[in-house]
Amino acid sequence: MIWRRWRALNAAGVMGINRRNADFIMALNPRQQYPVVDNKLLTKKFAVQHGIPVPELYGSIATPHEIRGLPAIIADRQDFVLKPAHGSQGDGIVVIVQRHKDRYRTSGGRLLDWDELEHHLTNALSGQFSLGGQPDEVMIEYRVRFAPVFDDISFQGVPDLRIIVYRGYPLMCMMRLPTRQSDGKANLHQGAVGAGIDIATGMTLPAVGPGNSIVAEHPDTGAMIAGRVIPDWDQVLLMAARGYEVSKLGYLGVDIVLDADRGPLLLELNARPGLNVQIANQDGLRRRISAVDPLAGQDRSPEERVALARELALAGYQPIRAA
Amino acid sequence: MSRRHLLALVLSLTVVGAGLFWYKWQVLGFPVTAERQTQTWTVEARMSFNRAATGPVKVTMRLPDSPPGFMIFDEQFISRGYGLILEDGQDSRSAIWAVRRARGDQALYYRATLFHSRETPAQRPTPPFPSRPVMEDPFATALEELVTRVRQQSADIATFAAAAMRIVDVSDDTARLFLGNRPSPLERAQLVIQVLHSARIPAHIIQALRLVEDRRDGELEYWIVVHNGDDWLYFDPRDGSRGLPANLVVWSWDAAPVLEVEGARGPSVTFATRHTIEDALRVAELRTEREHRRIMEFSLLDLPLSTQSMYAILLLVPLGAFLVVLLRNVIGISTFGTFMPVLVAMAFRETRLLNGIVLFTLIVALGLSIRFYLERLRLLLVPRLAAVLTVVVLLMLLVSIVSHRLGIEIGLSIALFPMVIMTMAIERMSIVWEERGPGEAMKEGVGTLLAAAVIYVLMITPQVQHFVLVFPETLLVVLAAMLLLGRYTGYRLTELLRFRELAGGGK
Repeated sequence: MIWRRWRALNAAGVMGINRRNADFIMALNPRQQYPVVDNKLLTKKFAVQHGIPVPELYGSIATPHEIRGLPAIIADRQDFVLKPAHGSQGDGIVVIVQRHKDRYRTSGGRLLDWDELEHHLTNALSGQFSLGGQPDEVMIEYRVRFAPVFDDISFQGVPDLRIIVYRGYPLMCMMRLPTRQSDGKANLHQGAVGAGIDIATGMTLPAVGPGNSIVAEHPDTGAMIAGRVIPDWDQVLLMAARGYEVSKLGYLGVDIVLDADRGPLLLELNARPGLNVQIANQDGLRRRISAVDPLAGQDRSPEERVALARELALAGYQPIRAA
Repeated sequence: MSRRHLLALVLSLTVVGAGLFWYKWQVLGFPVTAERQTQTWTVEARMSFNRAATGPVKVTMRLPDSPPGFMIFDEQFISRGYGLILEDGQDSRSAIWAVRRARGDQALYYRATLFHSRETPAQRPTPPFPSRPVMEDPFATALEELVTRVRQQSADIATFAAAAMRIVDVSDDTARLFLGNRPSPLERAQLVIQVLHSARIPAHIIQALRLVEDRRDGELEYWIVVHNGDDWLYFDPRDGSRGLPANLVVWSWDAAPVLEVEGARGPSVTFATRHTIEDALRVAELRTEREHRRIMEFSLLDLPLSTQSMYAILLLVPLGAFLVVLLRNVIGISTFGTFMPVLVAMAFRETRLLNGIVLFTLIVALGLSIRFYLERLRLLLVPRLAAVLTVVVLLMLLVSIVSHRLGIEIGLSIALFPMVIMTMAIERMSIVWEERGPGEAMKEGVGTLLAAAVIYVLMITPQVQHFVLVFPETLLVVLAAMLLLGRYTGYRLTELLRFRELAGGGK
């Protein structure tokens, strides 16, 4: 039974963690490029250089001493996001939606006073949320107001798009929808649900919830998840493809969020993107990768790669002749 | 290219490791199983006597001399203030202690380590036929009658001896004439010898020590050896059974008391027997040293004992790490930290598995609640870690004291848990708890304990311990396996479950 399922997964081209690590991350993602994706401040800087829109950076804090400068950074803004520059998997992100003098309301509805905020910042600076626990910086940035098209399929928080970009080709995409359980965070580990997205059309598929179960409706709002078209889909794919130029990583996760006013914004890049995207899309990554491989190694602009990626998706990832 | 390189490396490591192992096993005769450990014994004779007045004392103790089936090495004589002479007689060995002034209760010790040897000891000389015992009536007639009855029940020398030992007992009226109602084992054995001598069969009494695990106050047993014309046969005079048991050490080749003390009263000798693992390793060392000196100079078994026992544990760590690789990369269990399960498993070695799991869970649970409380105080990371560490140590102390008061001794072994590791576990668990929820934290905690338990079971298997200590080169093979697993790109077993929805055939 084990062996049969093994063969079935293999036939479906499903990628396991071991293969992702050995054959893709280690082979295609050079170590020296990691700082660009692991440090979100650097990511932001390089993304802007490559013409990728990002949430506006209000400022950053590098030492506990600078925490006192936070009010000056946020000035009279009502809402903002605190994000550890080296945070992983959404750890340590605090979204402030509203401010009354010294009290800050998070997206989850909690009210933080200045002491609590300061404590969180010192923890983040001393590396509680960073990989390996090294001292960290905290970014203060624009809080994304998510596009109203997703109002009814997310609970508070911001739904985001995770796109796997293989050698610069957007390959697989899912939308992560915050739930009550995930405290408004778009993180599958924390209880958000993920919906696959057709690369060719930008249309959502049914979502995958906790325990990898298929959920047709959003657990909190009850609205149907499938069949929605992502606005600015061309722009989203182009940003994802450009993520390759920014990071030079051959196996890349690109996180994009859709803002009501500013359109798609690049949140972060990920050198070790998770594999749940396969469940959300009900498809194996290796199957799609083998369709892209004949195209690899040819120098193409991001626009050309997006066009080819959509063509591949339309063809159902049957191997096609390189144009 | 790198793949071929890896395979070449793996292959050469395997060949070197397995080759060395084969050489040591087949050519040098290193024991591949741990069985030999159980056949290695430490025997301790405690000689005590009392010297009421001050004056010279001379103690003569018979020592075992090439007992059949055993080899003696590493003899120790513990006798503070006494002069010691070893005397090597023709058929016996003795230690002679002497002191000019001694007063009060005195105790001397002789300790020897024995191991089973396959070598046959030098053949003892064939004895002359004994002369018949000369006795007065009615004993002479009674002895004659005993011999006649024994002869009727026997066919040859061996069966004659066995029959003699069966018949010579207090239940036999004739025998009771010689023995009285409560004969000592020695008196019975002496009568058996007289019966045998009457039939002109060479025989005499020997004294032997039975090796019993962890015995404190053993005594020598009287046995009877009979020569059947070709060989010496061993008999247990109590029931006439023939053959020397494997756990019997011939201590003395005659019936004379093994301990003689001049100048003091109340001499007594007791024997303690037990077997030890370290000694078993020195057996292998000794055995090889005699034949292949060069190789032993680079052997682990040549190191001091304390260092060896340290390596006995250290060498298990790579095996534990290998298990972690299997559990994480092939099975897909998630654990706190990469090698924490190994460290926890090493702590389990002292506490035993069940107690270890209970204590570990207890400390982590208590520490976790303290950690959640400290979180409210908003401490900086490093001071908070230090505080949790201190709390962990105090909790360990508390558990030890409480369990001691309750009479549960195992609580004392909690001090062996690596407290820094526990602190990190608590810290990591609390972060996972807050960020990913209690479910994920529990999953990792259970995964850690499960992995630790599996590693513990491997570590306490005597076969495994013995194997890595005697054949450390097999770790090269383990290393090769690790390198191979480093390129393992197949699914983890848990992924078969995780991606089950995708197994229906790709779209």
